Amino acid sequence: MVKRIIGRGLLAGAVAGLLAFAFARIFAEPQIDKAIAYESGRDAAQEALDKAAGLPPDMGGGPDLFSRTVQADVGLGVGMVFFGMAMGALFAVAYLLCLGRTGRLRARTLSVLVAGGGLLGFYVVPFLKYPANPPAIGHAETIQQRGSLYLVMVLCSVVFLAGAVWLGQRLQTRFGNWNATLLGAAAYVVAIGIVMALLPSLGDLSDNVRLYGHHATETPLPLTDPRGHIVYPGFPADVLFGFRLFSVLAQLVLWGAIGLVFAPMAQRLLQPAPAGARPKEASPGAGSAPDPVTT
Amino acid sequence: MSSLSASAATHGATTPEAGAPAIPVVVPHARAVLLLVSTAVIALAVYYFIGVDQGAVSVFGNDMHVHEFVHDARHFLGFPCH
Ligand SMILES: [Zn+2]
Repeated sequence: MVKRIIGRGLLAGAVAGLLAFAFARIFAEPQIDKAIAYESGRDAAQEALDKAAGLPPDMGGGPDLFSRTVQADVGLGVGMVFFGMAMGALFAVAYLLCLGRTGRLRARTLSVLVAGGGLLGFYVVPFLKYPANPPAIGHAETIQQRGSLYLVMVLCSVVFLAGAVWLGQRLQTRFGNWNATLLGAAAYVVAIGIVMALLPSLGDLSDNVRLYGHHATETPLPLTDPRGHIVYPGFPADVLFGFRLFSVLAQLVLWGAIGLVFAPMAQRLLQPAPAGARPKEASPGAGSAPDPVTT
Repeated sequence: MSSLSASAATHGATTPEAGAPAIPVVVPHARAVLLLVSTAVIALAVYYFIGVDQGAVSVFGNDMHVHEFVHDARHFLGFPCH
């Protein structure tokens, strides 16, 4: 059972990754291209300013290891599909842990609920504190801190979510399904809210304050010359909004597909009796030849 | 179904919906746990390579091939980059 569930989780994840890739290729890439164009233009403007000020030219920017076409087609595809499969595998693990512990929930309903938990825990809640950013947003000096902070957010959000489910189950006998669910959700909101309040905003990181002054985020502000005239605009708001909106929608596609592709497969595997007839396959008898649990 | 579903009955109302057989508890079960842990570890490694490696930390030193290759996915999946 374990192997078959994990296999189906991987399959659902691969399908979901492909769909999310198609979505990203169509909707995200134009935004990413605009962001990169903004970045190049800004770099050129900065260079002109530096030259005028008599500063040595900045040799920043790594070599282009892959062309933009490769990044946008193959790289994005490989990234999305492998990410989908990794999430599908973790989804299957969570699903297996839930099996038999969720009362009267049907196998396919559980699939959708676990996928919803994945969406919330791995993406939406971390996004609330540290939203996705297109290229051109993000200072090289802070990548270490930003990386760690993001992972702390993901870790807390996933662990707390599991804890909230566990808590809700513990409270269910005393308060009933509805109230226990609400109490679990409230505990989650409070716990993650405390973490979000404690973690710093990206603009507050010491390197950012030192180098760029005090701002809320790392989103580039207008570039000004020494007299205060704007020589290059701030990051276009519409591009940022579009990128973030599509990023959220792609995760909806990804987790929605995982839950919905996995649901009928799990239903067939775990509760294979639409007419109510006892199927032969479902009663392997303890200890019979193929291990019913791990196969 | 027999021995496995026994523990499911401890969780309140477990009468399955009409026609649907009860779902067995699969975990904990020694071999199942091993499979779950190894699956989770591999999945998290993939998550790490797509989202984190050669950014904040790097297992291949200064090489940037993985980072640059999955670059667009990394941004779009919400990971910090650049
Ligand atoms: Zn980047």
